[in-house]
Amino acid sequence: MSEEQVKNLEKQFEERIARDEKIEPKDWMPEKYRQTHIRQMSQHAHSEIVGMLPEGNWITRAPSLRRKVALLAKVQDEAGHGLYLYSACETLGISRDELYEQLHSGKAKYSSIFNYPTVTWADMGAIGWLVDGAAIINQVPLCSTSFGPYARAMVRVCKEESFHQRQGYEIMIKLANGTPEQKDMAQDALNRWWWPSLMMLGPTDAESIHTEQSMKWKLKRKSNDELRQQFIDQTVPQADLIGLTIPDPDLKWNEERQSYDFGEINWDEFWQVVKGHGPMNKERMKARVGAWEGGEWVRDAAMAHAEKQQERKEKQAV
Amino acid sequence: MKDNLYKYILGIADNSLILGQRMGELCGHGPSLETDIACTNISLDLFGQVRSYYQYASKIAGDGRTEDDIAMLRKEREYLNVLLVEQPNNDFAYTMARHFLFDVYHFLFLTELQKSKDLTLAAIATKSLKEVSYHQRFSSDWIKRLGDGTDESQQKMQTAIDFLWTYTDELFHQTEADKAMVSEGIGVDVTKLKQAYYSKVNSILEESTLIIPESKYFQKGGKQGIHTEHMGYLLTELQYMQRAYPNMEW
Repeated sequence: MSEEQVKNLEKQFEERIARDEKIEPKDWMPEKYRQTHIRQMSQHAHSEIVGMLPEGNWITRAPSLRRKVALLAKVQDEAGHGLYLYSACETLGISRDELYEQLHSGKAKYSSIFNYPTVTWADMGAIGWLVDGAAIINQVPLCSTSFGPYARAMVRVCKEESFHQRQGYEIMIKLANGTPEQKDMAQDALNRWWWPSLMMLGPTDAESIHTEQSMKWKLKRKSNDELRQQFIDQTVPQADLIGLTIPDPDLKWNEERQSYDFGEINWDEFWQVVKGHGPMNKERMKARVGAWEGGEWVRDAAMAHAEKQQERKEKQAV
Repeated sequence: MKDNLYKYILGIADNSLILGQRMGELCGHGPSLETDIACTNISLDLFGQVRSYYQYASKIAGDGRTEDDIAMLRKEREYLNVLLVEQPNNDFAYTMARHFLFDVYHFLFLTELQKSKDLTLAAIATKSLKEVSYHQRFSSDWIKRLGDGTDESQQKMQTAIDFLWTYTDELFHQTEADKAMVSEGIGVDVTKLKQAYYSKVNSILEESTLIIPESKYFQKGGKQGIHTEHMGYLLTELQYMQRAYPNMEW
């Protein structure tokens, strides 16, 4: 293909996106579009899968049967999200095994928030309320992103995430209205998860390297800082409503901006965790790699069995 | 009658509770994403059943204890599950073998319980049976895949079956409460399920190229509340929040 032909295709491609047409896996697309989508969708899928671990940590210890059932259902949803995001990724010509390999080798990233430990039951509430809350803010705009399989997956993901968020907030309401010990537990969880949740919306606009291109491809509709502000403005009244205090002495309503001003985020901590040195990075990877390597003989057996069945079928046919 | 019915319900519910707890341990650590989802789903089904049983038990007991009190605040000696379901997830072969050996029983049991004169138990049985028929299919398929898979998987599955076999006979023991409930037309006579159970189990093991264990020595005790050493640790996790923060709502 001549350079001119490629340019022509690129032009048509960008026009389709501008017209809000969906790009489907078999359509022509620039290599960079493909790679960017593999990177972002797999990062999202990995986050779902690694994200099962901090909550899975409380399944056996959930305080009531009702909470246990809800937590199991939530973690199962996350596995489901991982599954269809990996599938959406596979439509771009990469296998799930390759994607796992990228996760296990550290080449692919996942949301840094999951590198914090879940130390009390209230963390199940805080994760649902704050982490899923921040995730929704990130993800709702993706329901209308340009790549068809991703957009469609996100419609379903967002519905379920919104249910998780309400469930998490409901755990917090119960704790905040409970005994003093329960209220302390809720406040402590908010103290620990607040700042990492703000960091979850990504580095400041000045530091964010992917924003411009992502905006063009509708992978992003708002900048990280705008999303962060939206999250804060949405969440502060929810904390007020249940009598919990946001752990930020600089948090203040700004009448002029009709928004909250907030304190300095510790970006050193953010980069430390992103670079693999958070409290649980090594544990999380150990668990994922352990499950994968420990399960190899099971997957091999399933393949061998399927092959044997196939051979038998073929023999019978002859 | 009331006391026997209460104990009878616990005998059924505790099996699902303890097995559900074991399956819940695996969440996020399965050999593949698909098995992870399935195991979590099975755990979810079992806890759903457990809630129906304990809510009913709570009504029968009528002493103000809730489903959670009954599930989480008994002493180890008061849990009436069979020893089979408390066995640990040593590896995926153990997990699937334990599940399979219980599922075949569970399916036969619920099929009969649907005919109970106690309409609540009959209704729970009917609802649970749909789920358990899926559990049975899932675990049987894995017995076949691992049994008739690679040399390594076959050896691992054989080891698991050989180890767990000793706990199968207890499924067919009758407690005093069982006998009383059978005579009332409420309970299932488990002794009558034994033949169908081993016939089904043996046929799947054979299809999976596994050797049917010949051991005639069996373990029992769970139904009397005498458990294996694993049980205390399992309960420690299950009961942690209720013990550490008594009399609170969650």
